[in-house]
Amino acid sequence: MNVIVCVKQIPDPALPGELDPSTNTLKRDGKLILDESDSYGVEMALQLVNTAGEGAVTLVSMAPNDEVSGLRTALAMGAEKAVLVSDPALAGADALTTAKILAGAVGKAGDYDLIIAGTESSDGYTGTVPEQIAEVLGLPSVTFAKTIVVDGATVKVERQTESGYTEVTCPTPAVVSVTAGVVEPRYPSFKGIMAAKSKPVETATAADLGIESVSWAQSITGVEDAPAREAGEIIEDDGETFNKIVEFLDNLKVI
Amino acid sequence: MALSNIWVFAETDEAGEASNATLELLTKANTLGGTVTAFVNGAAGGAAAAFADHGAAKIYETGELSGALPGVAVSSAMKSVIDGGDSPDLVMFPQNYEGRDVMSRLSVKLDRTVLTNSVDISAEGDSVSVTTPIFGGAKMVTAAFTGEAPYLAAFRPKSFEPAGGAGGAGEVVSAPVPDLGATGGATVNAVHVEETSGPKLDEAAVVVGGGRGLGEADKFEMVESLAKLLKGAPGASRAIVDAGWVPYSYQVGQTGKVVKPTVYIAAGISGATQHMVGMKGSKNIIAINKDKEAPIFGVADLGIVGDVHKVMPQLIAALEARS
Repeated sequence: MNVIVCVKQIPDPALPGELDPSTNTLKRDGKLILDESDSYGVEMALQLVNTAGEGAVTLVSMAPNDEVSGLRTALAMGAEKAVLVSDPALAGADALTTAKILAGAVGKAGDYDLIIAGTESSDGYTGTVPEQIAEVLGLPSVTFAKTIVVDGATVKVERQTESGYTEVTCPTPAVVSVTAGVVEPRYPSFKGIMAAKSKPVETATAADLGIESVSWAQSITGVEDAPAREAGEIIEDDGETFNKIVEFLDNLKVI
Repeated sequence: MALSNIWVFAETDEAGEASNATLELLTKANTLGGTVTAFVNGAAGGAAAAFADHGAAKIYETGELSGALPGVAVSSAMKSVIDGGDSPDLVMFPQNYEGRDVMSRLSVKLDRTVLTNSVDISAEGDSVSVTTPIFGGAKMVTAAFTGEAPYLAAFRPKSFEPAGGAGGAGEVVSAPVPDLGATGGATVNAVHVEETSGPKLDEAAVVVGGGRGLGEADKFEMVESLAKLLKGAPGASRAIVDAGWVPYSYQVGQTGKVVKPTVYIAAGISGATQHMVGMKGSKNIIAINKDKEAPIFGVADLGIVGDVHKVMPQLIAALEARS
């Protein structure tokens, strides 16, 4: 079976985020890495292909400046090839535009049984792109999957809900978004890292996908610092600080 | 533009009662001017009265979805009503599982942008804009819709206070789900509800959250004991949910529940952005963590720099002695 995985390359979340002062959009011009929340989808796809005994994992991504660092990480994990859409016109694109672009990239990725994506990215966390891709492609979808099993032309998913989970079946091809924790992502091996260097990454612009004009109907009009909480009392534990907590709770009348 | 026709994506809980998130949004919608309509995922049933009391003049209901997932089903029902001539200026969604999916599908059907994770909305003159916290709530971004209505926006739960007594007419109108074709292939075959005792996590007056600092899954017991003593609910950081220590329904944060209790006690939680956005709105925050540089201390009213394995048992014993 063939699985396409949507991956996002994001600024390192360990570094403080920054906004571009001219556009107020997130600065994404430095080195980008594979979004950790996408590593679960990559791992899930690799396991599904391995279980099926045939097929390949193909990545699709949209990023500025032909950025491939994050894609190489996923290729090193075992994905076979990637389609990268990179186009200055897409800087600051909204989720709907992103979904249209990724759906276009899927068209260049070859035959597929399943498209897997994370539930939301770690930097923008709009959380709408997987379901939007499904609608653009006219496919069924299951979001928030915590397990995925493929049985012939059917995918069986345990889907997280507000109060527990549901068992959902869906014919393929389909779009499935996966939660963090669905599987334990592997670390790329040295061999994998070496092999990834020569794996094919096809690059495309929006026009290459047949999308001639891009625009989005939203604009950032202001950015302000949130009101800070007043600094509290921070004390080192001396074996008696639990009394401070009891006193604090007592003052609030919760005990 | 004036918002003369506002829809709110409406849900009921397992007991058939109106969800809090829906009532919050209906209340806010009422302050924006114009007619407010609740668009119900499923059947309105007994919740219709609460929707009306919170301002819904009209209530569209899809009826039972018979196994279809709400994302595709409810968005298609909405599209049918819009094509039939009742087109909203704004559709408000809760930022939760079904709200997000319905909004996503609808955005493609209508070719409209979405603004998500918002905590406020304002309509002034010709401009409709929403406010969204970023960088874990350190900054607030205001973004305006610039294209044509309908505008689609999702709001975090607990962004608004629900208020009844609005006296909406609550006329119930059927909005059936049309044939979904290939997009409707997914079918729900079984529903599992994870049982929890005590108050609901997002309604409890006291929440005790446990994190990686607990060291191992067994130690979550301390969090549960403390929560029980305080008649509160146990919660968890994403790290320990991902590690499989506790079910997902315990998760507080960006991808979990938003809580605003009277007191939030963070035990062994460092305070990652993902977690902070879910609990920063708590009225009082107590943090216990051995790393004094942990970001959680930046929002704590009372911070104990110490070992949770020492402080928690002492605290539990002290509270037990009082009761």
